[in-house]
Amino acid sequence: MSVVDHLPILIIIIPLIAAPLCVLFDSAKVSWLLALAACIFSFIGSIKLLNTITASGPISYSLGGWQPPWGIEYRLDLLSIILLLLLTSIASLVVLFARYSVEQEISKNRIVPFYATLLLAIAGLSGICISGDVFNLFVFLEISSIASYTLISLGKDRRALNAAFKYLVMGTIGATFILIGIGFLYMQTGTLNMQDLSERLPSLYDNRTIRAGFAFLTVGICLKLALFPLHLWLPNAYAYAPSVVSAFLAATATKVAVYMLLRFLLTVFDFNFSLNTMPLDVILIALGSVAIVSSSLVAIFQVNLKRLLAYSSIAQLGYISLSIGLASKLGIASAIIHLFNHALMKGALFLALGAMIYKVGGAELKHCQGMLKRMPLTSLAIIIGGLSLIGIPGTAGFISKWYMINASLEAGLWPLALLILFGSLLAIIYVWKMVEAITLQPSTSTATAPLTRDEAPLTMLVPIWALVIANIYYGINTELTVSLAQRAANILVGGY
Amino acid sequence: MSNIAGLFNYWVVIFLMMAGFFVVISQGNLVKKIIGLSLFQASAFILYISIGHVSGGEVPIYVEGSNLYSNPLPHVLILTAIVVSVSTTAVGLAIIIRIKETYNTVEEDEIQIIDNRKDDEDEPVEEEHPAEQKEDQS
Repeated sequence: MSVVDHLPILIIIIPLIAAPLCVLFDSAKVSWLLALAACIFSFIGSIKLLNTITASGPISYSLGGWQPPWGIEYRLDLLSIILLLLLTSIASLVVLFARYSVEQEISKNRIVPFYATLLLAIAGLSGICISGDVFNLFVFLEISSIASYTLISLGKDRRALNAAFKYLVMGTIGATFILIGIGFLYMQTGTLNMQDLSERLPSLYDNRTIRAGFAFLTVGICLKLALFPLHLWLPNAYAYAPSVVSAFLAATATKVAVYMLLRFLLTVFDFNFSLNTMPLDVILIALGSVAIVSSSLVAIFQVNLKRLLAYSSIAQLGYISLSIGLASKLGIASAIIHLFNHALMKGALFLALGAMIYKVGGAELKHCQGMLKRMPLTSLAIIIGGLSLIGIPGTAGFISKWYMINASLEAGLWPLALLILFGSLLAIIYVWKMVEAITLQPSTSTATAPLTRDEAPLTMLVPIWALVIANIYYGINTELTVSLAQRAANILVGGY
Repeated sequence: MSNIAGLFNYWVVIFLMMAGFFVVISQGNLVKKIIGLSLFQASAFILYISIGHVSGGEVPIYVEGSNLYSNPLPHVLILTAIVVSVSTTAVGLAIIIRIKETYNTVEEDEIQIIDNRKDDEDEPVEEEHPAEQKEDQS
């Protein structure tokens, strides 16, 4: 076997090994380079895997040479590779960005552990995408979660500690629910392999234990996903975490949770059971709708821009769960498209705010004053990211909203199409608040900023603009995202 | 009746789970919350260990002439979950130590009051690093 055959495991192992290496070298610069190298390796690896998968179907890798139903299987299909590609590309950009931002926001003796923990989080999240074994998935989930609790607690603001603790409590409850759910499935089927489970489960769909397991799994994953009533950990965690961490978690962690939901609902269980026999479709639509309206309304009244974006994230997750709840091929496809596009826009916006915090010292509305003159490129990035968040034609956000509205019309639920439009209107209000402060308000004398041009360093601008350009590119050329998402949705939904 | 007694393990699981959950929700003290969380996780361990039992089965070690043995896999799985639980507890306690350093309390409501007071002053709340300052002086 050549190296390429071992890529599925190498993508996880390389960041996992780089993490302790960072601590051993104990130098901020070396850790940064190591982290960057590991992320770029994973990124190139996932592009290679994408080519293999689009050409010759899913890849199965048996860990340690043990054959699948007995040993742990790593399985990559289209959905996993979309997520993996998203994760590794965002991780590479975020680490590139991190260098200066971290130097300023995290105290010196914590920079090296920061990179090590970030690498662990990346390894854990990629593990979730690759693993084809439910218990292995739980272990990777916990690796990534524990790493993200630590990352959040590194925030400069002391409220970060409390936010991290809240996330730890709620995240652990969610993970334990998932563990119990997996236990129930194992109790009845005696297997942990996803493929094996999906073959054995259909004959047991009337079994009460299986149904209880299904419920535990769904609630546990929805806690990680921050679906509406379970979202309380998210706003503070994103608002007070270091800006690099906010960008990374907003763009990847919740997306991977959506992946887990799709994986369990559609691969382990099947489409018909999850969304028709069980009343989950109605629940997802109802909670998603409430999330869209309430979180967008709350976002309008935020002064701290990171908090504003965090609430907008909850609303966007509402869109995603609503589209899953539509229970159609088009619905699932639009959920996958939005998952990808939302990661691009939130990544760009959070990184741009990070650059602003680096130069101006804060991310509240008052800090925005005079931004356009001071940091024109960053301001432009925030404006384009905001437009994409609203869903203006020509940006990635438009494509996903378009497919969502199509999906809800196809399902005959026109009120939902109106609701999606209404959500976009609310988005216009909160995005306008940011844009107005940046472009129209002159810099007051109390602001710390002198009116000279003072742009962020190049290693910050490159990742921000890479994501902004991706936003525009995927808004015009939809071939890659839409066709991949539709193919992935076809595979997931199967014959229905 | 035998059914209820036969499911003894599962009653313990449910009791522990609810007790742990209740402690997490009702207690304002962060350390007690972590204790509740550990209890909650422990209930899942007992659930897994109970699954592995095969009635009449022996210890899962190869012995001449015995075919029936308990399933060892759940026990191995739960070893991993115990490690996860221990590390969660460790991270939780570490965060509590830093909360204690910065707020000088581990009561949730008192932390809330301190934070709200800071909000009113409209100043960005900077975390102080008392431990590091000491290092710098020495």
